[in-house]
Order: sequence, then structure tokens, then C-alpha cells
Amino acid sequence: MAKIPKPQELFKSIDYSIPKKKWEDVPPDFSEGKYCYPTKRKNLEYLDFPTNKGEWSPTDEDWQLPDNWEEIIHNGFKERLEKYRSLKVFMDICVRCGACADKCHFFIGGGDPKNMPVLRAELLRSVYRKDFTTAGKILGSIAGARKLTPAVIKEWFSYFYQCSECRRCSVFCPYGIDTAEITMMGRELLSLLGLNINWVLEPVANCFRTGNHLGIQPHALKEMIEFFCDDIEELTGVRITPQFNRKGAEVLFITPSGDYFADPGTYTMMGYLMLFEHIGLDYTMSTYASEGGNFGLFTSAEAVKRLNSKMYMEAKRLGVKWILGGECGHMWRVINQYMDTMNGPADFLEVPVSPITGTRFENAASTKMIHITEFTSDLIKHGKLKLDPSRNDKFKVTFHDSCNPSRAMGLLEEPRYVIKNVCNHFYEMPEGTIREQTFCCGSGAGLNTEEIMDLRMRGGLPRANAVRYVHDKYGVNMLACICAIDRAALPPLMQYWVPEVGVTGVHELVANALVMDGEKERTVDLRGEPLKEEEEDTDE
Amino acid sequence: MNVGYLYSLLAVIVLGLIAYAGVEAAGLQWLFGILIPYLGLTIFIAGFVYRVMDWAKSAVPFRIPTTCGQQKSLPWFTPNRIDNPATTLGVIVRMFFEILLFRSLFRNTRVEIRGERLSYKWVIWLWLFALMFHYSFLIVVIRHLRFFLEPVPWVITLLEKADGVLQVGLPILYISGVTLLLGATLLLLRRVLIPRINYISLAADYFPLLLIIGIAITGIMMRYFTKVDVLKVKELTMGLATFHPAIPEGGISGLFYVHLFFVSILLAYIPFSKLMHMGGVFLSPTRNLANNNRRIRHINPWNHPVKVHTYEEYEDEFREKMIEAGLPVEKE
Repeated sequence: MAKIPKPQELFKSIDYSIPKKKWEDVPPDFSEGKYCYPTKRKNLEYLDFPTNKGEWSPTDEDWQLPDNWEEIIHNGFKERLEKYRSLKVFMDICVRCGACADKCHFFIGGGDPKNMPVLRAELLRSVYRKDFTTAGKILGSIAGARKLTPAVIKEWFSYFYQCSECRRCSVFCPYGIDTAEITMMGRELLSLLGLNINWVLEPVANCFRTGNHLGIQPHALKEMIEFFCDDIEELTGVRITPQFNRKGAEVLFITPSGDYFADPGTYTMMGYLMLFEHIGLDYTMSTYASEGGNFGLFTSAEAVKRLNSKMYMEAKRLGVKWILGGECGHMWRVINQYMDTMNGPADFLEVPVSPITGTRFENAASTKMIHITEFTSDLIKHGKLKLDPSRNDKFKVTFHDSCNPSRAMGLLEEPRYVIKNVCNHFYEMPEGTIREQTFCCGSGAGLNTEEIMDLRMRGGLPRANAVRYVHDKYGVNMLACICAIDRAALPPLMQYWVPEVGVTGVHELVANALVMDGEKERTVDLRGEPLKEEEEDTDE
Repeated sequence: MNVGYLYSLLAVIVLGLIAYAGVEAAGLQWLFGILIPYLGLTIFIAGFVYRVMDWAKSAVPFRIPTTCGQQKSLPWFTPNRIDNPATTLGVIVRMFFEILLFRSLFRNTRVEIRGERLSYKWVIWLWLFALMFHYSFLIVVIRHLRFFLEPVPWVITLLEKADGVLQVGLPILYISGVTLLLGATLLLLRRVLIPRINYISLAADYFPLLLIIGIAITGIMMRYFTKVDVLKVKELTMGLATFHPAIPEGGISGLFYVHLFFVSILLAYIPFSKLMHMGGVFLSPTRNLANNNRRIRHINPWNHPVKVHTYEEYEDEFREKMIEAGLPVEKE
């Protein structure tokens, strides 16, 4: 891992001045720390994905492109222009007004002009003009067209892996041009040449085989969850015995595998388990469909569909009535905008009805899958949970809207409603940094990888800056989120920029406040830390 | 600095000179007054239709609206029916705001570094310039319909009255003419002077602005300064409109032909350029679709099957481990 400068130095190095050279003439930076490592060949082979000619590194002069790489790109581009009206329209109608320029967190935190969404799209658009438009063919560079060369491919690789597909720019674009679409297409084209990053492709290959990104095998998954149950018993005195792959359960619960694996996601996982136990939900988890997230989304539409297919297939096999999904960001982009179209119709399932409150979730009448904060806010609204929010009193909480639930779904009030019912101290970050204008954690879309820490800290700066604001103003010390990538990416981000602030999932807060039947008196939270601040303890 | 605007400026000047010389020196009134305007209009209509049809041919595989407000879920959460529409009506209202009021551009902010913090400021200049430019242009175009209709409909006369409400000068000054020139000039200055915008600008971004500025300047000169013979102009335009084209006797000044030539070029240029955003904005999938995917299934016309990893394959690989761990299996 390349060394990164101290926060103050990094902040001072932000440079919005414009290079002297035209952007076409500025090569991408492939020095250590500035690029994601390419994927191992075995992952491509396991998935039957296209490969290039041999091992390569972005620092190499020769990327071992297939012999007919130009043809592959040309045909791939043409195919996608026919398959996606979004791509075609977005290639044609940008007027370069510049409204998107300073909306990208990577641009804000770094200043590289090619991280302005407009230029990120021009990387593709310039080639599109040359290959597919009359003006570009005749006028060439005057019309903004340029020839596809290996240098252009390298530039694509650099900048399409400096975009987290967060869609913030598309909120501000007068035509709704969505850089996530551009980046997805760019990554698909690169993938046709065998160029992928390991942090994305390894999870895809793992997920295809074992059912989850982390490659956790069935027996190990069961052990991990049982381990959480031991912790829960120790904390609360209540023994939980969740079940796996059980046929005939009413609900299939699917959450991102990050929640099984690393703190603080694991506490969120414990939160789900305690909630389900408390309300007596008839549910099962699956070791086969053990991943809510979908790194296919960061690769290609085909990969999305291949991985997502497991959810419905498993729901059908187990004969459940509907599916409940955990806290995850891009998972909910897939479920809200792709799943039913790709892998539906889910006519073997029923419209989700909460067995506890009787609420029928008409908004999921076709997909048959609802978000855990929709489910929990319904429980709270109907008074089905015994809650003691004072158990979260040491936390002054703010909420980070994840990109996808906000801009590809609109899940804004549900998590807030839950948080406000389980915590007494909640403070919003400033307008312009939350809800549909929320900032990315800086590590979305498969960029949550160690080798690009500098980029991640820059990309996460706008989020951290807003957290810093509420920390200074209200003493906020806990950042709640509903995304597994956030739970992995925000702790190092906070550690770097606002070390006084911790990170939690919403259902960790729920479980802290949840008064379970038969529980012993709780003196510690799910992390085993005292419910009250330590200095208060010493006062007593 | 990006000097792409120089190419475009040069192009517009050369085009103007061609028309002026073509009429004044070579006497090609029929070419610049009849043939080219017809040609320009034909290319515009055919090209515009072709481009829109071409977009429409491409599939919309997924419903991908950019949601900018609360979704419709549980009854006690008030949904944002416009910025996160769940119904077609909501989409129509969203598109109305987007197309007629530039809703998204109105959100614009600017990032600033203040000491050791970032801050964001709401900025409406781009929105204001854009709105001024587009609406002025629209009013100018509608006003010009008086040259192609006889009798002149009362709506147009009324619009002219409103446009001249300041009652300044003779002929009375039209506000829209001034604001069109001002709007286009401000948008141009923005492109030339703001380094970041200058950096992303192509020749194709300057050209239409300069062409429109050329149209506005020649129009204003004819009306207020050289006082073109309006009756003769109308004779020519009515001839065009009724498909009995003729060049009026006694002639019209070369400046008029420059104006007409610029307009013809603009019309012909539209289908090949970013100016197609006027059609494309209607087709943008992040704006013109409802966020109701979980309620109503969206169909992808090319939804082909993919290779999946079935449960059977999974169990075959892990069966022993599953049995050992006490997990249920299909085949013992």
C-alpha cells in the first residue's frame, strides 16, 4: 500500500487549477497508489469472462490486449448503443454546460479535471464521435472526435475506476445524464478486453461459486452466525438459533456478506438477529443466496443478472412467501431498478405482508422484496417493539444517506424514522450533503480497495467534511448508515478526517435500544462497551 | 487556454461574408433567399426526425430514474411525487418542470475551499442565463412567425405588444431581442473566461452560440439601424411560406441575406449537433420514467438468458461440509 500524506497536507494539495495541456494530451497517472490492481486470471476463467493475452499491470507499456481489440471495442460499443437508449442519448445531448463539474466527490477532493463528470463522459464520447457520427468522421478533432488507441484504453481504465457510480452528478444535469451509466458502459467495454480490477472480479467469482462475495462456504457461514449468537447471549441472556436453508419459512432474509465478516457490520448483523427473535419472525437465511450486494453491478449487466438470479431461485426452492433485504447500498439499486426486470417475474412469491402488523407492502407488489428499514419502521409505527432509546444516549448520531438508496430508490425517511425512534440525539448534516445530494463514502462501485487509499480519502472528503461540521457544531460522535460498503469504508475515512466519530449500521442502534423478552439488565452495548460514557461512570 | 472559439468565430465570419458577397457582388439572391432556406429547413426536419427515431430505436432495458426525493412506500412517509414520481402523471409534472423551468439546473451549487473546510453555495447564474437565453429565443422565433402568416394571428400581435412594453425608441425596442443577445453573450463569456468551462469546451460549443449571436446582431441592425424594408422581406418570406418563392423586385439589403443564411445554417446544423438536446431531453431515461420498479415490472426487450450457478451445482460442491455442519441438503 502506498503511503498517503497527513490529512492537512492532503487537503492543501487539492488543486482546482486547470492544466496547461489539453485534457486529451494529459496521460493518466499509473504511479503506485493511483490505480486499482488488475484481476487475477483465474477469476476471469472461472466466470468464462473474456481475457487478454497474458498477465499485465497498468504500469506496463503493453497491456496484452487481444489482437482484434479495436474490433471488439467497436462492436461492443455499437451493440450497447442499440441496447441502451441511455447511452445513445447521453452520448449525443451533453452541451458541456459544466453544471456537473464540481458535483463529483473525486473532483472536489482532488481537482483532476478528468474527474469532472463531463470529461469522464467525454472519454467515451470522443471515441463515439469518431466511430459513429458524421461530423466526427469528417471534422475529426475540431468536432471533438479522437481515434481509439491503446492510450485511450488506458485512460478509460484509469478514470472509469475513479468513479463510484454514485449518480450525484445526474441530479444536477439538466438532461439527467447519468455518469453511472457511462462508467458502467466503459467498464463493460474494458471487460470485453479482459481488463478488470481484482477488488471487483474476485468478489464476483466468489459470489458465483459460494453465494457471497467473501467466498464464505456454507459450514463457515453457519459457524460465524452462531458465533454472533454466542455474543448476543452473553450480552442479553437470550439464546437465538437462526436457521439456514429451511424450506417452508415465510420469509427469506438476505443481507450483504460484509455484515457477517467485519466490524462494525457484524453488530448490524447481530441487530437483525435480535430483532427477528424479538418479533418471532418465521424466517430463514440461505447459505446459497448469502449475498445481498452485487459486485456484478460494477462489471457488466450480464454479471449483475448472473449473481442476482440466486435470490429468486433460492426463494422458489425454499418456498418462502417473500424476501426481506438487509442494509446495503448498491444491493438496493439492483433490487429496486434491475432485479424484477432481469430475473422476474417472481410470480411464485406473494406480495410482502408483515406477519406482525399485517401491513401489505404494495410498493413491492411485483418484486416481492422489501428493505429492512421499511419493515422495521412499520413495526415501530405499530408499536410492536419495546424500545429504550436512552441506551443509545452516549451517541450523538448523524445519518449518511448511501448513494444508491437515495438516488436510485428514494429511501430517505425510513432509516431516519427508525433512528429517531431508537436514539434521543439525532442531528442532520447540512443540506446539500444529504438525501438526494448526499456524498459518496468515496469507495463505492468496487473502489473499496487498499491500494488506492489516497483516492479514497480524497473522494470521501466531502462526506467527512460534512460530518466534521456536525461534530464541531453538535458534538456528533456516531455516523449511522445503511450500507455494508459504508460500514467498511467509513471507519478508515473517519479515522483519517474526523477520528472522534464512529460508524454504525442502523440496526445496531435498533438492537441497542430493543428490550427483548427475557433479557437480563443491559449494561453494555452490542460492542461490549458501557452504555454510559465512562467519565459518567467515574462520577457515580 | 483553449482557443476553440477562434475556429468558430472565424467560421461564422466567413459564412457571413459568403452570404453578403454572394448577394451584393454575385447577385445570388435566389440561392441565399430561396434555395438555401428551403434546404436548411428540409435538412432540419428530416434530420431531426431521423435523430429522434434513431434514439427511439434503442431499447430502454431498465427503468433507471434518478430519484431526487422520498419514495412512495408506507402511508406515513410523504412521498415526493414530482422529484421521485411513482406514477405517469408525476413523470409528466417532473418533465414539465425539467423542460420548461430547468429544474435540475436550478439546484446548481458551487464548491469553495474556505480555510480547512469545503463549503457549497447555491448558484443560480447558469440557470438564469440559460432561462433568459432559451425563452428569449422562443419569443423571437414566435414573433418571426408574423413573416410567414397573413393575416398575422392576434396571439403574435399580442406577444409583440408585450415584448415592446418598455415603449423605448422607434421602432419600439423588443425586450426579447436584447435579452437573447445578452443571454447568448453571457453564455459565451462564461465559456471563454471561466477556466474550467473553457477547458471542457469544444469548437462545437462555441459555434452555435456565435451563430446565434450573429443572427441576433444582424436582426437588431436591420430593425433599429439600417431599417430594412420590412414589406419586401415579408413579400419574400410569404413566397417561401406559400411555396411560391420569388425575390422581390428592387431588392433587399445584403444584411438580410446574411441573417437568413445564418438561420438556414443553424437549422441545418441542429440535427448534427448537441443542439439536439431539445429533442433528447424528452428521452432521457433518468428523468422520463417512474420509480415504481418494485410495484410494476419493467420489461427488457433483450433480456437474454445468462449462465447461472444453480443450487444443485452449489450443493454438489459443498454437500459433505453442509451435512457435517447440520445444514439441510436436497440429496443425502
